Amino acid sequence: MYTQSLNENAAGDGPSGEDPKALERFQARIDRDEKIEPNDWMPAAYRKTLVRQISQHAHSEVIGMQPEGNWLSRSPTLKRKAVVMAKIQDEAGHGLYLYSAAETLGVARSELYDQLLSGQAKYSSIFNYPSLNWADVGAIGWLVDGAAIMNQIPLCRCSYGPYARAMIRICKEESFHQRQGYELISTMANGNSAQKQMAQDALNRWWWPALMMFGPSDKDSAHSGLSMKWKIKRFTNDELRQKFIDATVPQADYIGLKMPDVDLKWNEAEGHYDYGEIDWDEFKRVLNGNGPCNVQRMKVRTEAQENGAWVREAAAAHAEKQRRRTLAAAE
Amino acid sequence: MSQTDWPLYEVFIRSRNGLSHKHAGSLHATDAKMALENARDVYTRRAEGTSIWVVPSAAITASDPADKEAFFEPTADKIYRHPTFYEVPDEVENM
Repeated sequence: MYTQSLNENAAGDGPSGEDPKALERFQARIDRDEKIEPNDWMPAAYRKTLVRQISQHAHSEVIGMQPEGNWLSRSPTLKRKAVVMAKIQDEAGHGLYLYSAAETLGVARSELYDQLLSGQAKYSSIFNYPSLNWADVGAIGWLVDGAAIMNQIPLCRCSYGPYARAMIRICKEESFHQRQGYELISTMANGNSAQKQMAQDALNRWWWPALMMFGPSDKDSAHSGLSMKWKIKRFTNDELRQKFIDATVPQADYIGLKMPDVDLKWNEAEGHYDYGEIDWDEFKRVLNGNGPCNVQRMKVRTEAQENGAWVREAAAAHAEKQRRRTLAAAE
Repeated sequence: MSQTDWPLYEVFIRSRNGLSHKHAGSLHATDAKMALENARDVYTRRAEGTSIWVVPSAAITASDPADKEAFFEPTADKIYRHPTFYEVPDEVENM
């Protein structure tokens, strides 16, 4: 998901040098489905993996404002513009909820921003794809937010309290994101033949990247063990990916669009859709910085940071001036 | 205060008349006025609030989870504080 590359290192950060009794007590709390709160004792590896996962999730939300931001000024109607604006504002807000949650683990927000801007931190690979036309706005809402919801609902029950609570808040808001995207692309699919073709083309371009959002295949992600044991991750990558496919194919059928997968077929015996092989080379390339938009996404984020500096300086200067005035008046 | 060092505020929101303020999360702001406006924009985009409190996080004193058992120990065994400790005959109503 927005955390798809995280689990690679979790096993390497296994518990070591910590009081075994404290580790036992901690695991017992997790096993009892208790929530871990900010000042509770926790293994260093638990803290570290959560800081990485939550901050990477936050970065994804903020970078995720860009593909739709690209079409805001070119929305075809006022209603669509208001809707896309509301979605983009939500994404910013989601990033902020998540940065807050990450900070409860003892990391400064400025450090997290530095990690993003320096390229040290990753964000979800999906946002490294371009939004080429208005149909993409629909495909993103329907498929990307749809996949996100699939991952985020189990996260509402993750063991770390602030993250779980942020996810509950996010899930309530995410639902409209998917609906507006589906409604948008339905409208096009039910439009004239050029519009229908645009809708199909958007699906063709976004389907496989959306499936990659769930991360590597289970057989290639040996390191989810600790995340599952600590109830940060509740379902495997393949389980969530399968759920998403099973839910989404009928949605495409209903509006007469087809997933770009010749191997996609309902398996009556299993009660699931069989699907084709994902191009994991493409996934790795995009994740490692060689996707279509990686450079552009970071450039835009960096420019926003630089161009907003005068606002931050002015705000801090104003607050300082007011503070001095209040002090002086009190004397 | 430096550019990257704005104070942290905790945000509490009363969602409806009659309910108490509930902790919603936190945010950074240069002063209380900005904190209030940012809290409205971050936490109440769907009219989830009728009232907001913002409190500098540094002003909050919290009980230490490590001391939880000792700190709350006196409260755990006074069962006579609960109504169920007392026997009321069935024939007696309104109690």
